[in-house]
Amino acid sequence: METPHSTTHAPQGFWTKYLFSTDHKTIGIQYMITGLFMAAVGGFLAYVFRYNLAFPGESIPLFGQLDAMHYNAFVTNHGMIMVLFVGMPFLVSGLGNLLIPLMIGTDDMAFPTLNMMSFWIFLVSCLVMVAAFFVPGGAFGGGWTLYPPLSASGYVNRNPAFWSTFFSATPMFILGVALEFVSMLMGGINFLVTTINKRAEGMTPFKIPLIVWFLNIATLDFMVSVGPLVAGAVMLLLDNVVGTGFYDPARGGDPVLFQHLFWFFGHPEVYVLLLPALGVMGEIIPVFSRKPLFAYRTIIYLSLIAAVLSVVVWAHHQFIAGIDPRMATFFSIGTIIISIPFAGVFLSFMATLWGGSIRFTMPMIWALGFIGLFLIGGLTGLYLGSSTFDIYAHDTYFVVAHFHYTMFPVVFFGFFSAVYFWFPKFTGKHLNHTLGMIHFWLTFIPFNVTFFVLFFNGLAGQHRRVNEYSSFSNIMKEPYITFEKISTIGAIVLMVSQFIFLYNLFISLRKGRKAEKNPWDSNTLEWQADSPPVHGNFNPYPVVYHGPYEYSHPSSEQDFVPQDNPIVLKTN
Amino acid sequence: MAEQTLSVSLKQVPQGRLGVWLLIVGELIIFGSLVVCYLLYRLRFPSWVEQTQHTSTFYGGLNTFVLLTSSYTIVKANDAALKKDLAKMSRYMLTTIFCGLIFLAVKSTEYAHEIGAGFTLTSPGLQATNPVGATFWSFYYIMTGLHATHVLAGMVTLFVVWLDARKGRNIHRVELGGLYWHMVDLIWIFLFPLLYIAK
Ligand code: HEM
Repeated sequence: METPHSTTHAPQGFWTKYLFSTDHKTIGIQYMITGLFMAAVGGFLAYVFRYNLAFPGESIPLFGQLDAMHYNAFVTNHGMIMVLFVGMPFLVSGLGNLLIPLMIGTDDMAFPTLNMMSFWIFLVSCLVMVAAFFVPGGAFGGGWTLYPPLSASGYVNRNPAFWSTFFSATPMFILGVALEFVSMLMGGINFLVTTINKRAEGMTPFKIPLIVWFLNIATLDFMVSVGPLVAGAVMLLLDNVVGTGFYDPARGGDPVLFQHLFWFFGHPEVYVLLLPALGVMGEIIPVFSRKPLFAYRTIIYLSLIAAVLSVVVWAHHQFIAGIDPRMATFFSIGTIIISIPFAGVFLSFMATLWGGSIRFTMPMIWALGFIGLFLIGGLTGLYLGSSTFDIYAHDTYFVVAHFHYTMFPVVFFGFFSAVYFWFPKFTGKHLNHTLGMIHFWLTFIPFNVTFFVLFFNGLAGQHRRVNEYSSFSNIMKEPYITFEKISTIGAIVLMVSQFIFLYNLFISLRKGRKAEKNPWDSNTLEWQADSPPVHGNFNPYPVVYHGPYEYSHPSSEQDFVPQDNPIVLKTN
Repeated sequence: MAEQTLSVSLKQVPQGRLGVWLLIVGELIIFGSLVVCYLLYRLRFPSWVEQTQHTSTFYGGLNTFVLLTSSYTIVKANDAALKKDLAKMSRYMLTTIFCGLIFLAVKSTEYAHEIGAGFTLTSPGLQATNPVGATFWSFYYIMTGLHATHVLAGMVTLFVVWLDARKGRNIHRVELGGLYWHMVDLIWIFLFPLLYIAK
């Protein structure tokens, strides 16, 4: 049978090639660059309020004085930006766009124009979030969780005139997030349809690389869980702008309803980010251990189970919101159960490493760093999952430290592993190894410095979302004051060292060593395309014969067998 | 091999149809959550029964009839499209869009009627005497309003599809537009008993 090949022609002009491109690779890179920009915004906000926590009342370099209102706005936007405007474009839209078509062996997404539109809607949503800082009264400051009654009242819209009501804090925040959701939903439809319909010949479900599976499971999880929040956000917007009473207890409304709607999305959302990051590790670890991924099918089943469970754990965020204790027990148990499938995935990574011939390349170092850090995050999560402990630790820096130990590795270590791994593929250049190593250590160590001490502050009772503690005598004493300073210094080093990464990108793009097709001796299809892949990716389309992880197979001479290599492997 | 057949059978669903189905699932979850919220409140406040007396079963029923008719005509349009009978297809599509228009006209009359009686999104008059009852009307407007927006979106979609299809281009999109239109219809089938019949 003749294999069909791409008939589309590469667009020529600058505009169609780099800006209004429908090519999945360009769009993926656009997402990542936008994400980097938003990471700079979110990071700068973190720098400002971290500095304020360590040196209250002092003027902040590069910023100035920070009052309580702005402190709240900064924390709120930091949270939302890091989760939805950095994590999502890095891990879901960015990686999904770059990798799905290449890894399943096709030319582009199922709906390229829709894909371009989702990026532009995403860009607008970012602009709305940033613009909100400059409207009269400043950005929204009711916490990234948007809890009513605060967010439903006009209190946080510090501008009373009707039209400016709409262009003020809460509505703009909701609008920005809503546009992001629209963009992600459109992108999600594209991912699923592409993976289901456009796979290369022979790419049966269990020959699909782990990350493509995980991206799709994450997308599905997102699409299922976001609906309730969309409905909830519409009600919140009306409460805020028009003055309805959906969440107003005086009119029969129930603020806790919003908490349910929010966390029904909010908790699956962390798995939406976690799954692609785990997928990245699932690609990197076998390649640099030169061993097949341990229990590939089992991991896929486990993560499907986890995706189902992820929509029944949400109320563990509400243990102290006055929910029924019987319900709290149910959600405690659910939360503890959901750690089992993820523990399974981690064990499989360990088992893959076990006895492998490990190569300490840059991506591998980041992947190992991820595993180490996420372990701490996951284990502290297990404590918090039990409602008895959570009632004590709720809303303290223990929680802040816990979710940064999960979210930071997921978002940034996941992103960096992916960039160090796939950079040669998409640019045709190698990143500088030495700079990469320096970058790793200057991220890994300062990250721990920043957040490890916060566990102790949290256990001592320090509350989150408070801008200064002078009236809390249990916190305003040693060692907690010093811990605050240590944490801030760690954060500053952490942020400054990211310039090494940017410099590395820049210098390697210009002068980096040229990358061959398959620099890491890897099996999956993207490595069989050119570096960088041409428009249309493959010519002709590949035909798939093997699973993605046939490393060190006894019946093959090479220690890797590309998925489209027609040789027959003997199973013994 | 079982694995092989799975991958083949999934691929036989055309791309566009699969995309629209996913979109529909997403939309149904959004409306489903609104309905669940409404039901939770409704069960909590038996007194909402008083408010439901004021929704107009007549207008609601009329609109149900209009939407069901439009679902029929869009099926006919698709049949005609499959038979490549462009004139007939075009006629049925326009009828469907026209039904949408009637639906919106009836809806506007109904809204005018309710607003005249003092029932609005916030119902300020009612709030003074029966604040909990006022929230019923917030639900009434948000649910029917969001649905009406979808009717409008469906009409625009069908119109855009029609522009091409009447000349014989992209005829398969008639089916996709139709799928979306059926979803709009389906949602109404849920809203109608919840808001207009259960009194
Ligand atoms: C660059 C390093 C980062 C630093 C120094 C940092 C620091 C902080 C601190 C100190 C808080 C608590 C502020 C307070 O409660 O008063 C906070 C809140 C938060 N951070 Fe980060 N963070 C960083 C990166 C991230 C990342 C990567 C994510 C997620 C992807 C994230 C998500 C959040 C969220 C969701 C909140 C809660 C916001 C709220 O309470 O409304 N942060 N961050």
